[in-house]
Amino acid sequence: MSVGAVEPAPLDSAPAPTGKAKGKDGQTSTIGGSARFVPGQSNRQITVVNGKAQVRQRLKDLWRNRDLLVLLTRTQLKVKYKNSVLGYLWSMLNPALVLAVYYVVFKVIARNTIPSFAIFLFCGLLVWNLFNNAAMAATGVVVANAGIVKKVAFPRELLALSSVGVALVLFAIQVVVLILALVVFGITPSLPFLITLPIALLALVVFTSAISVFLSAVNVYLRDTQHLTEVLLMAWFWSIPVVYPYGQIAGALSDHHLGSFKWVYLMDPVTPIALAFQRTMYGRSQYTDKGVVSHMLPNWGPSTYCLILGVVLVASIILFLLSLIVFGRLEGNFAEEL
Amino acid sequence: MAVAIEVSDISKQFRLYNERYTSLKERVIHGGKMPFTPFWALQDVNVEINEGETFGILGRNGCGKSTLLKCIAGILKPTSGEIRVRGSLAAMLELGAGFQPELSGRDNIFLNGSLLGLPRSEIEKRFDEIVAFAELEQFIDNQVKYYSSGMYVRLGFAVAVNVEPDVLLVDEVLAVGDAAFQRKCLDHVRKFQQEGRTIVVVSHATDTIRQNCERVMVMNHGKVITIDEPGEGIRVYLADLLGVGTLDNSETGGIEGNVFAIGTVQAEHGGMGTRSHLYPGESLSIIADLDSLAPVQNAIATIAIHDDKNELVFASDPDDPGCQMEVPLGGGQIRFDFAEVPLLDGTYSVSVGIRSLTETAIFDWKDQVTQFEVANPGRATGRVRLLPAVSFRRRSTGLTGEVPVVERIGGISGSPVAETITS
Repeated sequence: MSVGAVEPAPLDSAPAPTGKAKGKDGQTSTIGGSARFVPGQSNRQITVVNGKAQVRQRLKDLWRNRDLLVLLTRTQLKVKYKNSVLGYLWSMLNPALVLAVYYVVFKVIARNTIPSFAIFLFCGLLVWNLFNNAAMAATGVVVANAGIVKKVAFPRELLALSSVGVALVLFAIQVVVLILALVVFGITPSLPFLITLPIALLALVVFTSAISVFLSAVNVYLRDTQHLTEVLLMAWFWSIPVVYPYGQIAGALSDHHLGSFKWVYLMDPVTPIALAFQRTMYGRSQYTDKGVVSHMLPNWGPSTYCLILGVVLVASIILFLLSLIVFGRLEGNFAEEL
Repeated sequence: MAVAIEVSDISKQFRLYNERYTSLKERVIHGGKMPFTPFWALQDVNVEINEGETFGILGRNGCGKSTLLKCIAGILKPTSGEIRVRGSLAAMLELGAGFQPELSGRDNIFLNGSLLGLPRSEIEKRFDEIVAFAELEQFIDNQVKYYSSGMYVRLGFAVAVNVEPDVLLVDEVLAVGDAAFQRKCLDHVRKFQQEGRTIVVVSHATDTIRQNCERVMVMNHGKVITIDEPGEGIRVYLADLLGVGTLDNSETGGIEGNVFAIGTVQAEHGGMGTRSHLYPGESLSIIADLDSLAPVQNAIATIAIHDDKNELVFASDPDDPGCQMEVPLGGGQIRFDFAEVPLLDGTYSVSVGIRSLTETAIFDWKDQVTQFEVANPGRATGRVRLLPAVSFRRRSTGLTGEVPVVERIGGISGSPVAETITS
């Protein structure tokens, strides 16, 4: 009887807590529930909100939210092709059509003598498409996502970076197409130059990210940026050796006794990256037509490529950090400017 | 107790542009300068919110309370000052912000959860809970653009509360969905409180604030007016800021050519001298000066009380013999005494009238001529102060008139329960 008299409390009150735990906390309660919430516990991370923008903190936040970057990229991709009949096919159709146009213009009409011109074109176009797609999409991305930016706190650079992510996915698809084309046309890439590709790709992604982050922030304040970017990107495209080989630029400079100024042309970070892709995948730097040797690409070895790409990479990283500073400065007023 | 949110000297300036020059051409024309009027949405706001506290922020539209919340959340950067937040934070400023209409509910849970800072693995673990909470089991794979607004908001809330942050910021979002869902939301807020999480609520709903918050901050024009317990804070908010029921006393003269003229009307109450408001249950007297140009045998005094929404709370019975009186030439004072005022919060305005029972032409009526204010220091909400006497009786199981009381003595679930029956 005395034992029985002690029992009622647990019997009557037991169902309530277990039912609750099952309903809401379940197995997660140790992580999200009481274990984390000891009152007075002082070892929690302290977030400071003030007018300053520290780059180190930004980088940390970016890293912590990498899951979100993947999700935002996936979202952009899904939304991009959601209601189109051909869907992801567009990511291949679009560059394929561009390729076809350039091929017709430069090979069939302008009759250049470059062998396997389509492949050469494709190698450079790949690089350009990644940069171009990302920069164009990133310019408008903060404005387009005003709803989130105004109501949710998260590292907003992720929006711009997700545009780069989308471009990177499209890039990957196009690389697959390029490899298939290489097999079909029987072209062997130069294997010693393969080492340059990872550096080139990394440099390209960092450089693209820097430009994208910068443009996405500026466009919030100056909506002209979108239109200006379009025009500038078009000019930029024709300034890099994609539809014409680098050798023609070098030759033209030499003809005007400016041969020693080739380095100025190589200052454009996209150029060495495009050259690396062309050199590796296209597999040759010169060709012979009717006994005349034409130089298409610089006569560098893999180590020279790596050195130049290394410089581009370092410069890109610095640019990226600078763009984060600019973004941080401008970000403070996003919510009111949108 | 540790401080969860420390707001020190926060100021936030908005620029009100007379004209926005967002195009390059306009910027160049105006030399890159844009004329603007500075507007301080927040001025030197200082507040410390303790861990485990539920803190309410009250204020009129545009007083800066949402701006403060956005600053705490990190959405806006303050112009000066600093905010320190201890622990993880989630802000519910708008439910379903960041939903992509083109994506399915499933994808949106992941997207929104990530935006609120929940790692992917955690979202996967809580996915079923979130869906169950939002009551969207059969629609979760549909595109969100086909959701009704209720479904949309429910999903938003379900994701937000499942983030389980140390600090939760809530901006006017508790009043969503149907009654059942609202109760669910409030239940969840209570659960958060029990778990020792810090909650900051911005609301106009004084009832919600009163029942849930431990302290209230009242803001006006970007400044802190007071930080106090809910009863006093709500009183300050209703009286000083909303100015509800503030009367226009300009028209105090009598009606031309009338026998009666009601002069000044005053309210006296039990708390006079110590405070301007009365507590529920205290006494109230309305005293009206009356001038009379002629003696009136059977005058009837009437009184009406309106609340701050101008809805009638009470009007006296015109046939009540207790309201009949004889008014001599020259007049005097009419007194309406209420032994106790059974009203809860609010500012109430009083209308006083007098007329002759026989001659309809002889009358005067002063519409909403004075007001009194009731402030409830307790947590009861509503309009009327009812004092229920609560008792408990065991459920009867007897079949006869004699009611046996069944008392459970013991037994673990599954084993027989010993029962004793007493009568």
